[in-house]
Amino acid sequence: MNDSSSWACPVKHAAEPQRVSLAHGEGGSSMRRLLEEHILPRFDRLSSLPLDDAAVLPQIDGRPVLTTDAFVVSPLFFPGGDIGTLSVYGTVNDLAVRGAEPLWLTLSLILEEGFSLQLLDRVLESVAEAARRCRVSVVAGDTKVVPRGAVDRLFVSTTGLGRLIEPGPSGSATIEVGDVLLVSGPIGRHGIAILAAREEMAFEPPPESDCGPLIEAVAALRTAGVRVRAMRDATRGGVTAVMHEWARDCGGTLVIEEERVPISSDVRGVCELLGLDPLNVANEGTMVVAVHPDDAESARSALQCVSVCARAARIGFVRARGLLPVVVKRGIGSERPLLEPSGAPLPRIC
Amino acid sequence: MCLAVPGRLEEWTDRDPLLARGWVVFGGVRHECHLACVPEAEVGDYVLVHAGIALNRIDIVAAEKLLRELRDAGEESPPSAEDEML
Amino acid sequence: MKYLDEFRHPGATESLLESIRRRVTKRWTIMEVCGGQTHGLLRYGIDEALADAVELIHGPGCPVCVTGAEVIDRAIELASIPNVLVTTFGDMLRVPGSRESLASARAAGALVRMVYSPLDAVALAEKHPELEVVFFAVGFETTAPATALAVLQAKRRGIENFSLLVAHVRVQPAMEAILCAPENRVQAFLAAGHVCTVVGCESYEDLCRRYEVPIVVTGFEPTDLATGIAACVEQLETSRHEVENRYDRVVQAEGNLRARQFVEDVFEACDRTWRGLGAMPLGGLRLRESWRDYDAERRFTAGALPQVVSSCRCRSGEVLSGRIKPPECAAFGGECRPEHPLGAPMVSGEGACAAYFQYHRPELRCEPRAVEGNA
Repeated sequence: MNDSSSWACPVKHAAEPQRVSLAHGEGGSSMRRLLEEHILPRFDRLSSLPLDDAAVLPQIDGRPVLTTDAFVVSPLFFPGGDIGTLSVYGTVNDLAVRGAEPLWLTLSLILEEGFSLQLLDRVLESVAEAARRCRVSVVAGDTKVVPRGAVDRLFVSTTGLGRLIEPGPSGSATIEVGDVLLVSGPIGRHGIAILAAREEMAFEPPPESDCGPLIEAVAALRTAGVRVRAMRDATRGGVTAVMHEWARDCGGTLVIEEERVPISSDVRGVCELLGLDPLNVANEGTMVVAVHPDDAESARSALQCVSVCARAARIGFVRARGLLPVVVKRGIGSERPLLEPSGAPLPRIC
Repeated sequence: MCLAVPGRLEEWTDRDPLLARGWVVFGGVRHECHLACVPEAEVGDYVLVHAGIALNRIDIVAAEKLLRELRDAGEESPPSAEDEML
Repeated sequence: MKYLDEFRHPGATESLLESIRRRVTKRWTIMEVCGGQTHGLLRYGIDEALADAVELIHGPGCPVCVTGAEVIDRAIELASIPNVLVTTFGDMLRVPGSRESLASARAAGALVRMVYSPLDAVALAEKHPELEVVFFAVGFETTAPATALAVLQAKRRGIENFSLLVAHVRVQPAMEAILCAPENRVQAFLAAGHVCTVVGCESYEDLCRRYEVPIVVTGFEPTDLATGIAACVEQLETSRHEVENRYDRVVQAEGNLRARQFVEDVFEACDRTWRGLGAMPLGGLRLRESWRDYDAERRFTAGALPQVVSSCRCRSGEVLSGRIKPPECAAFGGECRPEHPLGAPMVSGEGACAAYFQYHRPELRCEPRAVEGNA
């Protein structure tokens, strides 16, 4: 024991994990220590600036793009990521699929009293590492501590500011009959990873989340000159939810060809066993893209050059609006409606 | 009712008549299933799993017979799927 | 996945469907007993592909659908007792009782947790000695061995904070009730393959003989379903009625004797009220007297189940017995939807009304067949 608390009984102290207390959120010396010892050193831009109430940012060349998101996930740490990586990639991806270059992030933490400081360090390390990987800077933040039971351990909220790279995607309202739909990789990995981790189902190897940045994938489409109508990271509700939103926006019928949809063998196994449809399962680093039909092949090959998108594939197309907004074609039989998911998919035995 | 899925028995972990368990492979994952209803199953056998328990072994001869029948009747032949290996 | 993908083969299925269309001399009426088969048929559009050859009517084989609202109320009552944790399958969580579902009771503070297997509930009990873990057991004969094994394991391992709320149902009494009904239209059955994995197909011989009805044990994948229908049609066309096993890769004549023994050790047949269908003699399973220590109702509650009045606008009884198709009910799709179901078959994702709502809404039939502009 070598710090100021060495007067305490060393045995007891060593056994007791350090925890967040309400005092850490009360603005005094405890809070300053939390900031100085745990948060600021991990973020260059924060530690180099005076601790003002707001960050003044440099002029940017282009139209600013702004997004915000809150992250609650149980468990906090899961195969392939944690709430820290999720809170960076989630926001960065929202900017990227809107055609922006992500520049800055804010980071708000709501901590439950008693949360382990060691775990907090791990989360913050993940945030810092993910931000470095995406070349974004955390420039402002906030920390609150609430009494035990008021939140589930840790909630994180991030806001992202980026610069639109012109011309951005023309938007889902411009999706036309004949356009081709692609996914950037195998679907359903995040939702299955979380489900497997949360329900203690003991799958081996534990399915990994796809939690990761889409910046490179978007850049590859841009470089290839693909006329992108719309891009969306297919988070909650999975691919199905995005298809329904786009169908509403563009007024066409979106057709998914089930056999073309890439699915990893672990997601396949878990989905069969638990009776889930991978199309409805969440992703956190996989996007759906609608492109001009002439660009479909170049989009696919551009995506496949990005390491995490090696299994990018065409999964469907758009046609004139029938009575149903979204349909799925299976190998056997006629087309069937793909209903908008309501509520999280639950494992079933029936 | 009754979602049940075939998987390949990879490893026995407990051979007690009541507590029997073993690892069964489904696609790219394996899951530890209860095997009390299929004590005769051997590693490499396929078993049908419902709600975490194996209900029966899959009779490979019967499966192949049906597939052969289909091949003889139809123009297109269903392929035999590859064994999953983790 | 082996032994799954082969039986979802489009070419083989299509040629089977074509051979059925060629074989029929009249439009036969066949009931698939199991909700899983209903879903398979609708998911792959087999019902549409055979529309002119065969009328498929949907049986009562969704145990979640037929679980009485009063039993769900009882599960909620148990989950509201301090330190009692009610566990059940994901299917059951959103099914409403007379007032609310287990999911909404959980939101209001009741202890409810989803498990994948009854044996996971035993593991939870072992891990949480401070809780009383109740497994709310629903399901047909397929699921009963897992529940039986759960109690047998709990006893063997001395886990005393585990008990059951049993709502298991037996499929054969329901089939017989359908055949007995004066307005019965069923000419042949696709018997539920996974139930038969446990109970075998011998047990159908009596039913088959007495009602002179073909019973074909059938699997769940599209190729299996087409195979089963083809076998039914062949029997009907040649005026035969036999028990035929077209799912012999997992179903043996006597079923799985060991699984049956586990069930026999723990449960006995009893009368049971099915949601939407009413009283079903010997239509359920209950714990044997010697296992009543594991009966959650005995442990924690008293009194008979309250009677629940079902909606009079809901015609689910007629749907479950195959007398009408879901869209023939005036409430279907409007007043009665998966988000707010009036009756049992809309309740579970596997119910016939829910399957129609998902795959087969009536307006789909009038959708113009678009010309594919895409390779």
